[in-house]
Amino acid sequence: MAQIFHRSTNAISRFTIYGAVFVLAAVAWVFAQLSRSSYATGRTVILQQPVPFSHDHHTAGLGIDCRYCHTSVEESSFAGIPPTATCMNCHKQIWSDSPMLEPVRQSLRANLPIRWTRVHDLPAFVYFNHSIHVAKGIGCETCHGRVDKMPLMQQASSLQMEWCVDCHRHPERYVRPRSQIFTMGWQPPRAQEELGRELVQEYQIQSLTYCSTCHR
Amino acid sequence: MEPLGEAALQHHQHDPQRPPESPAGSGSAGLPTGAPASPPTGPPTGPPTCLPADTDAPRRLDLSAVRERLAAQQGPAYWRSLDELAQTEQFQELVQREFPSLLPVGMEADFSRRRFLQLMGASFALAGLAACARQPLEKIVPYVKQPEEIIPGKPLYFATAVPAGGYAMGVLVESHLGRPTKVEGNPDHPASLGSTDLFAQASVLTLYDPDRSKTPTSLGEIRSWTTFLAELAGALTAQKGLQGAGLRLLTTTITSPTLAAQIRELLARYPKARWHQYEPAGRHGARVGARMAFGDWTDARYDFTRARVVVALDADFMCEGPAAVRYARDFMSTRRARVAGAAMSRLYCVESTPTSSGTVADHRLALAPAQLDGFVLALAAQLGVAGAAAPPDLPPPLSAKAAVIARDLAAHRGASVVVAGEHAPPELHALAHAMNAALGNLGATVLLTDAVEAQPEDQLDSLQRLVAEMAGGKIDLLVVLGGNPVYDAPVDLDFTTAMQKVPLRVHLGLHQNETSDYCHWHLPETHALESWSDARAFDGTVTIVQPLIEPLYDGRSAHGVLACLLERPDATDYDLVREHWRAQPRATADFESFWRKAVHDGVLAGTALLPRAAAVQSAGIAQAVARLSDSAALGAGLALIFRPDPTVHDGRHANNGWLQECPKPLTKLTWDNAALLSPATAQRLGVANEDLVELRSGERRLAVAVWVLPGQADGAITLHLGYGRTRAGRVGNGCGFNAYALRTAGAPWIAAGIAVTPLGRRYPLACTQEHHSMEGRELVRVGTLAQYQSNPDFARDADRAQENLSLYPGFKYEGHAWGLAIDLTACIGCNACVVACQAENNIPIVGKEQVHKGREMHWIRIDRYFEGGLDEASALHQPVMCMHCEQAPCEPVCPVAATSHSAEGLNDMTYNRCVGTRYCSNNCPYKVRRFNFLEYNDRRSETLKMQRNPDVTVRMRGLMEKCTYCVQRINVARINAKTQGRPIQDGEIVTACQQACPTQAIVFGDINDTQSEVTRWKATPLNYGLLTELGTRPRTTYLAKLRNPNPELEGG
Repeated sequence: MAQIFHRSTNAISRFTIYGAVFVLAAVAWVFAQLSRSSYATGRTVILQQPVPFSHDHHTAGLGIDCRYCHTSVEESSFAGIPPTATCMNCHKQIWSDSPMLEPVRQSLRANLPIRWTRVHDLPAFVYFNHSIHVAKGIGCETCHGRVDKMPLMQQASSLQMEWCVDCHRHPERYVRPRSQIFTMGWQPPRAQEELGRELVQEYQIQSLTYCSTCHR
Repeated sequence: MEPLGEAALQHHQHDPQRPPESPAGSGSAGLPTGAPASPPTGPPTGPPTCLPADTDAPRRLDLSAVRERLAAQQGPAYWRSLDELAQTEQFQELVQREFPSLLPVGMEADFSRRRFLQLMGASFALAGLAACARQPLEKIVPYVKQPEEIIPGKPLYFATAVPAGGYAMGVLVESHLGRPTKVEGNPDHPASLGSTDLFAQASVLTLYDPDRSKTPTSLGEIRSWTTFLAELAGALTAQKGLQGAGLRLLTTTITSPTLAAQIRELLARYPKARWHQYEPAGRHGARVGARMAFGDWTDARYDFTRARVVVALDADFMCEGPAAVRYARDFMSTRRARVAGAAMSRLYCVESTPTSSGTVADHRLALAPAQLDGFVLALAAQLGVAGAAAPPDLPPPLSAKAAVIARDLAAHRGASVVVAGEHAPPELHALAHAMNAALGNLGATVLLTDAVEAQPEDQLDSLQRLVAEMAGGKIDLLVVLGGNPVYDAPVDLDFTTAMQKVPLRVHLGLHQNETSDYCHWHLPETHALESWSDARAFDGTVTIVQPLIEPLYDGRSAHGVLACLLERPDATDYDLVREHWRAQPRATADFESFWRKAVHDGVLAGTALLPRAAAVQSAGIAQAVARLSDSAALGAGLALIFRPDPTVHDGRHANNGWLQECPKPLTKLTWDNAALLSPATAQRLGVANEDLVELRSGERRLAVAVWVLPGQADGAITLHLGYGRTRAGRVGNGCGFNAYALRTAGAPWIAAGIAVTPLGRRYPLACTQEHHSMEGRELVRVGTLAQYQSNPDFARDADRAQENLSLYPGFKYEGHAWGLAIDLTACIGCNACVVACQAENNIPIVGKEQVHKGREMHWIRIDRYFEGGLDEASALHQPVMCMHCEQAPCEPVCPVAATSHSAEGLNDMTYNRCVGTRYCSNNCPYKVRRFNFLEYNDRRSETLKMQRNPDVTVRMRGLMEKCTYCVQRINVARINAKTQGRPIQDGEIVTACQQACPTQAIVFGDINDTQSEVTRWKATPLNYGLLTELGTRPRTTYLAKLRNPNPELEGG
């Protein structure tokens, strides 16, 4: 009986079988890229805020320390969002009639808080604590990026678990002297890995990677 | 097979905060002038239809077979339930199934394969889509002006007090950004010493109860306070002319100095007005009994730390009354025999119904009330109380026991206590005082003081006078401050009918309840955590009650309403309490610092009442002896014993889901009360568990479900108060049976001559007793002090070579290694830990129907075992939570690594990874994992959201959960220690259960630290683990229970 398929179909079937592997790999790659994209993570996305507050202007321009507003960063899990009264400490004197600051003045007058849109938003099942990271030599910049160059606030890191775990597994790559926590644009005076290993020793940094470190 | 997708759930969806409800209780029910919707007496009220009636023929236990089996057993026998003993088919089926919670999982409906596949397909597709969702944008809302002491992310603790029957329980309340979330004991407060009971723990849920009343209402219509004040002004004007002859105030027991002063001011302004107090489950017997013994109002408080021998006469002194938490702590401090060579006190309990205190007794006698009275007389006679004589018909074995106990007491003169129960009749109290006097205990272990209550009175008598006046039409204005007399007043007084003759009736309460239905005005009351006040503890110590939060609704406190009556409606509670204390001589010249210190500390130093001398009046004792002799002669016939419920008390907590679902210490029933019968009585009456019977007391009848409770005295039926409410709210409506329908003023605690008729119907009861059965292994180990001294290793495993059975390599714990130990000697099964855990860890309630399926979510279950023969059973408690095994069977079977091992030995549960396979629960030998079969957490009620602990994830449907050793507290302590550059101190981490435990039966700490308390506990020979033969190496271990029986009573 004559063959139903021509000999050349062998090549086609081989191509499709082997090709499928590449197709699957490509799908996996696309999925991996998508889930890490700024669409999924919110990284570098600028969100609408009631007042276009500029970290660039207030820190780099005016030299205000992070802790002037984020008061509880060294003692609490939450770094703290400044109350309206903190803004008005200065703005009752300067730019006191700027239309851009009307929501701030309105908040004080009406005793109603300003409702900011949260930029760094971890899922509710993650319990992050600022104070311990600051105490162990992780700079603001390490996670939040060059805030002093952000006219409008944006998320600099993916905040995905692989990003957290990377540092928890290799703290020496990121740790800096405690004196430099609030410095923006800090450069290690010598090789980071070498300095990091010393600081890990000195600050007794444990590499805590079990689940209940963050999830409970 | 679960979850079955949204559509399948539609049929079974219910709101867990609103378990089975009956359609009763619409807003307009029972207008004040109308007839009551259902008369309090008359035909038996049908059982609330919480569940569809079970049409199966009642199964019968063969109790004689059980008895034979027990008699044939050698050595001590422990058993969990009658079904287990009888090996009924139902029990066998339960054991075989292992997971009763799994079977009817939403499959009751007709369910075709096709439909199942449709739903599965749909739920898979939805699951896939759900994973693609991005996080919704969140708002972040700072303060406008941040209060100085608030640090977002760190809780603050404020000292205050929560009232229990009018008395203060000093607490520290945890507050997150102004939201009170958790109640802890105040270590400086005499009634607490840092621990609490379950009611204090649950008080925070009552605060956020969505069913609380929110605005004043008049005849069911929403009104404003202004309208009320206008109407009140009219009534008061009329009263002024009459000097208040028509004005009556009805309150619960009051110890608050400020409130008492306000009331006295009112009475001074209206000299003919009267103040009545009524507390349905109050200290009536203790109050009247002390007056009988000493001639005037006297309070007795006990120093159990100095007592070597304690005799409890129908007294659950460790779980009932304003000093229970303190007494439990004090008493257990004399039983720390785990330290070699330490002495141990001895407790004899003589009681009619099993209590928590009875379960820790060294000797327990279960006697029906009449026999108990006879026994007490015999004991008093032995101790030389004048006039007391053993009744002639007292069985000789009982007289012999009384003689032995009397000898033991006499050998400890001045170091013993005879304590009568809160709910024992006054005569028993009087006789107990006489015995203490005869033993030289007065002034030593029994301290007598003036009464703590602002106005001690015979409350039953007081209420009767009020009812008589109301019925006579002499009252024009009745103000009911708190309480619920329409529901809980003695039924023979017919309070409701009498009350309806009063032209203007005002009720103040946290909830709209049965009483507010019959009042013209209902006023919303502020919760104790919302208002300023003051209150006294059992020893008189004053606590300034400070609010933790602004009132959630438009409510006022009792102070505020009295201020309205005193025509100062604008005075705030804060001003009123301060004014009162400013006028006291105690306030120093610098009032502000006095005030600040008092508020900060939660106690006003030096306000405890000083002990004074008092002599027993022989006339009163003679009267008590005569009355007891009469009641002892009543003898045969069934007696009905009323007791406040161990979880909902007198009914005031009926709408608190945590308390409703908390298994009762001995019956392990939830959501219901039942007529408790001894096995022999049940056999005689021919009834079994869940059978409906009709109890008849004179003309009054009540249909009640039966529960057979080993340890109950023969001839006595116990029925707990607080159930059968119709206007409690969505949680409490229609649960259980209203015992008040049989309770009369003449017999508030014990009614004799009860007739019982089986009704031939059944009523399902949700009991947690048999769920998670562990099948007869050696789980509870008990020994006597003598045994321990001669063979300290009696509790150790016979074979300890099985520690390394596992094929998996062991973990190394180089840093901390957390462990927990529970001293079974100290555990009284009071449930404080269960509710504390629930509050701390955002554990939902599931409702009666789900408990019936074995799906309760409590992370701690207190296993109750019975010991001994069927008719003289005593009970044991064993709290069981996650053991945090070093070789945890749950860990290797999780396909998604949602449960994993931490470097410190915790068995972590990662909710966000869990996909709900439940393999871990299948593989857990301790059955301590809990699965969210449905969306049990109420995510809709705004107020309930405020209660949740922000440091613990609120779990959703389809997730497994279990005890975490309060990992959130471990993490806080670790971070605090590390930021301060120091190691974690022993005792710095206190788990929620440990913190609440009144007897300090739980200790948590680092077992790698050789100096820690937990290491010391675990080093005693009493230490043993559960099911260690499996090689699980549990981190939670138990110290075997020690008893100190009297050798003279051994074997009889």
